[in-house]
Amino acid sequence: MAAVIPLAPRRSRARRVVHALLIAAALSFLLLFLLLPLAAVFVEALRKGVGVYLAAVVDPEAIAAIKLTLLVAAIAVPLNTVFGVAAAWAMTRFEFRGKAVLGALIDLPFSVSPVVSGLIYVLLFGAQGWFGPWLEKYDIKLIFAVPGLVLATVFVTLPFVARELIPLMQSQGSDEEEAARVLGASGWQTFFRVTLPNIRWALLYGVLLCNARAMGEFGAVSVVSGHIRGLTNTMPLHVEILYNDYNYAGAFAVASLLAFLALVTLGFKTFLEWRYGAELAARAPRGH
Amino acid sequence: MARRVLPGFGLSLGYTLAYLGLIVLLPLAALAVKASGLGLGGLWDTLTSAQVLAALRLSFGAALLSAVINAVVGLLVAWVLVRYTFPGRRLFDALVDLPFALPTAVAGIALTTLYAPKGWLGAWLVPLGVKIAFTPLGVLVAMIFVGFPFVVRTVQPVLESLDRDIEEAATMLGASRLQTFTRVLFPLLLPALLTGFALALARAVGEYGSVIFIAGNIPLKSEILPLVIVKQLEQHKYSDAAAVGVIMLALSFLLLLAISLLQRWTQRWTER
Repeated sequence: MAAVIPLAPRRSRARRVVHALLIAAALSFLLLFLLLPLAAVFVEALRKGVGVYLAAVVDPEAIAAIKLTLLVAAIAVPLNTVFGVAAAWAMTRFEFRGKAVLGALIDLPFSVSPVVSGLIYVLLFGAQGWFGPWLEKYDIKLIFAVPGLVLATVFVTLPFVARELIPLMQSQGSDEEEAARVLGASGWQTFFRVTLPNIRWALLYGVLLCNARAMGEFGAVSVVSGHIRGLTNTMPLHVEILYNDYNYAGAFAVASLLAFLALVTLGFKTFLEWRYGAELAARAPRGH
Repeated sequence: MARRVLPGFGLSLGYTLAYLGLIVLLPLAALAVKASGLGLGGLWDTLTSAQVLAALRLSFGAALLSAVINAVVGLLVAWVLVRYTFPGRRLFDALVDLPFALPTAVAGIALTTLYAPKGWLGAWLVPLGVKIAFTPLGVLVAMIFVGFPFVVRTVQPVLESLDRDIEEAATMLGASRLQTFTRVLFPLLLPALLTGFALALARAVGEYGSVIFIAGNIPLKSEILPLVIVKQLEQHKYSDAAAVGVIMLALSFLLLLAISLLQRWTQRWTER
């Protein structure tokens, strides 16, 4: 799609050279800064052979970490999906005061450092925290335990689904839903038969991004986990432990699973954008 | 209001508020209260300690520099992806989002391995005297990685929506290609570019996972602000951790405010 303005051939040759240089500069940055680290993950993982790789992946601690990661995501993602739909419904179907503040509040977790996201739950539920003594009395452990991991993950992934749905539902408007109501559909019927089909691809898109972040979150869960091996280690935390133990092959083997998840997410995301671009439209420039 | 034809206002808004209250507001309140427990004097002492000041300087300085670099490179990449066709363009376009999708710990160990003295890139750079892994430069490299997609993804849609007529008009009126870019296109792209810059900056300031592996974490030299919080927590200095957390949160709020103002500006700009 090189610039289409017709010009004298003498200048267009110089322009082609400039184009080639710009393309080369941009692509070399992408290759060197983005693709090379990704390639390094897989090469390092397989450096000591497939046997070592498989052994690292089926190691009981690695399996426990994989299970815990799946469990945390299986709780956090549905919670934030329901929240995202409810928030988008409230934000786009009704007018009320303080809407802008509510919107900013929904986006807030994206701009909070992961470490601060973990810290706030330690200060709330940790031994020294607000509810610490009360929780201790009833022998409930939230911090350095699975519920803490879930809470921190819910916090960092909270905006994903809402952020996809709000601009889309805003631009779609509520005419179709109002028509359904006038024709006698109940509220839930309207939602399931009219709204949901209209937003399904954007919803899936949001869930996909939410899930990728939930499984890959490191900073926030690292603060609340207490790093108890086999008990509160998610996959990213397990990668850290192996790496700090100088078990590089093991660390990169588990990391390669996460990198694979990232690739699948990217592939699926690109497919959705390509196939259902129009139905995902009206997306604001996104954060994470 | 005519909009209330639809049901579920109380349910959806009530659920949204309750959820946000429990997950976001209550924990943030706990942070503020814990930090205020130090009193103004104690807060000041914590924040002006050598460790916190050094970390603040590194975190903010490196983040600022990384955002500047990402603004320049991001603009270039967005331009190339929108304006030129070349084989594999779609793949490169998808690759831009990699830092969003790749877990930060994975990025961290991969970058460290690449830039370590014996790594693929380190083996070339270290003999030249460029030490990246385990120095503040490593912090910069990791921050460039995690913040990269923001500028591309904010500039790209604006660039796509620009009317080619403007450029043709500029050319007809005798402007050179470079003049057309600097005088006509760049001002139109500026709001989006600044938004992307601010988003990348916000992300880089708070980044933890990808940085701690490559930084080496030498106290007063290559220790980032989030790591200071982690260390204070390990020493059970909860109030100090909360104080640093409040500062980081204040920085995020400022950037968030700047971003929303910029986005309003961008919208006005593109709707014209």
